[in-house]
Amino acid sequence: MAPAPSLRELVAQRRILVCCGSGGVGKTTTAAVLALEAARMGRRAVVVTIDPAKRLADALGLDGLTGTPTKIEGDWPGELWALMLDTKSTFDDLVVANATTPEQGTRILDNRFYRNISGALSGTQEYMAMEKLYELHQRTDFDVVVVDTPPTRNALDFIDAPRRLSRFLDHRLFRMITAPGRGVMKAVNVAAQTFLRTVAKVVGAEVIDDVVAFFQAFEGMEEGFRERADAVLQLLSDEDTAFVLVASPRRDTIDEARYFAEKLAEAGIAVRSLVINRMHPRFGDGRAEVARERAVTLEGTDLGGLYRNLADFQLVASREEEHVAGLADVVHPAPMVRVPFLSSDVHDLDGLALVAAHLL
Amino acid sequence: MAGKGGVGKTVVSATLARAAARVGLSTLVIEVEGKSGLATMFGQPALDYDEVVLSAGGGPTGEGEVRARTLTPDDALLDYLRDHGLSRISKRLVSSGALDVVATAAPGIKDILILGKVKQLERKGDVDLLVLDAPAAGHAITFLQAARALLDTARVGPINAQAKDVLAMLTDHARCRVVLVTLPEETPVNELVETAFNLEDRVGVGLGPVVVNGLYDHVPGLDVAPIAAAKAVGTTLRRGEASALGEAAAFRDDRMKLQVEQLARLADQLPLPQLRLPFVFTTEIGPEELDLLADRLLSEIAALPEPV
Repeated sequence: MAPAPSLRELVAQRRILVCCGSGGVGKTTTAAVLALEAARMGRRAVVVTIDPAKRLADALGLDGLTGTPTKIEGDWPGELWALMLDTKSTFDDLVVANATTPEQGTRILDNRFYRNISGALSGTQEYMAMEKLYELHQRTDFDVVVVDTPPTRNALDFIDAPRRLSRFLDHRLFRMITAPGRGVMKAVNVAAQTFLRTVAKVVGAEVIDDVVAFFQAFEGMEEGFRERADAVLQLLSDEDTAFVLVASPRRDTIDEARYFAEKLAEAGIAVRSLVINRMHPRFGDGRAEVARERAVTLEGTDLGGLYRNLADFQLVASREEEHVAGLADVVHPAPMVRVPFLSSDVHDLDGLALVAAHLL
Repeated sequence: MAGKGGVGKTVVSATLARAAARVGLSTLVIEVEGKSGLATMFGQPALDYDEVVLSAGGGPTGEGEVRARTLTPDDALLDYLRDHGLSRISKRLVSSGALDVVATAAPGIKDILILGKVKQLERKGDVDLLVLDAPAAGHAITFLQAARALLDTARVGPINAQAKDVLAMLTDHARCRVVLVTLPEETPVNELVETAFNLEDRVGVGLGPVVVNGLYDHVPGLDVAPIAAAKAVGTTLRRGEASALGEAAAFRDDRMKLQVEQLARLADQLPLPQLRLPFVFTTEIGPEELDLLADRLLSEIAALPEPV
């Protein structure tokens, strides 16, 4: 059996790279680095970021929310494009594309309930990230699409999101509302009406009117949405797609990453590479206990302080190494890449290049 | 408690609860984002919706009790419907997934259900302090803003009344304060400043002191060459030891300089007192580390200027 491809090989060969993991572990930075490296390898790369920090956004030429790719000029043979996910406009495009008539599209876009969907319905952001990925993948002007994913606790949130949302749009309640009142359906309809009246008592009748109008306007589009959701899911489990799991070496985020990897595996998706950000550097090859002992003996002197500092870092480095080793077993044979905790923060192209030097 | 993901919001929540217990106050920590390491910090198994005692009060020093519970919108909704005589439809509303439909129709309803439950717990008055471990930064704003937003969507009815009560609690500075947590790094500091102004302007909540987590403590000798430091105490170093000691010292020194810069920048941009907590050189917070952090928090609080 051929050895599992390295992260460098994934960046050089795959057409889709999905960076996933819990919040605050450096997914956005990792995604940006992978796209930059692809461009340096001569590929035409586009990175979809979710919520980049201001300075990173500036470095990527993302001035405010922009749903279309912006080209970043630089000294590399390939191309680097970046965009920030605009959940609402992505959803709008999807609705318009699936509408049976332009009027139907407008009716939905104008509906108040619909306008709430992009901001309030859980999973929408995840769904739209995957939708954007699909859309960019279909285009012929990019060789590789790199996506950052929303900081969800549950990996299934974004694998499930497309299907969950099409289920939502195909909701029983929807059919109860729109079904013509005859035969068996009539009885269901009466029950639905009672139910809706009760809900209206809690949230107000106006709200229910919006819901009913929305589901009525949506009629006939469920099939298109379902097909698209299936196509997106298929793309995620395709050989051309590689999932890169990003984590930090703290115990709690390692536990979350492990859970993430297991859930992905259950969904038939393998993690192709594991990236651990912000690993504390290891100084010397001694044991923390030895340095600690000397620090205690020399307490109050400069040398005592130096030993205490060394012991601190050796202890944290060895603990991190233990946690990380456990996670590496879970994603085996995918390679693990460690990015050290740098002595400064990353927020420009030079910073990204510095991370890249460790990553690939 | 609010802050960006990864800044240690849950650790700080646990630390505050532990510190309150030390001075004889009972605390209930409320979690809203599902599983977290809160219970393990107290050496206990994971949380469930029912309340658990994380550390019993009493003892020779008269410690307060620390309890914890998780709140999910589904559970809060069931409670709410039961309290309003609607338990008959409540199960169906949750199991049919209709809550998703309702929550989309009236954004913020889930947040209001949770905050409404918090308000109810506050009114019950069983504990001296409620610590709500809020969702991550961006979401914290929408979370806390939910009451105001919902007043526009649902103009009448019980949800409207609930939103009004929640808003009254959030904006009453004597009852409620938002404590923002950050790390002494550029991006988290920027986000904290932005969140602080948003919360004040858009929600009208009172902000408590800011907690800066993960600061490297001062260690003597970092600026002294290891060989010179060894000579000063009449000893010699083993092979390779000087470079390990020197590199580790330089690393801490560099990061500490960055941290000091960020603290100054934060003070400059946000006129709020700072409570500074040390970086704990381990990867996992247990009861022992928590005690250490609580000690530090108490001394930081004691050093705060008198409130005006």
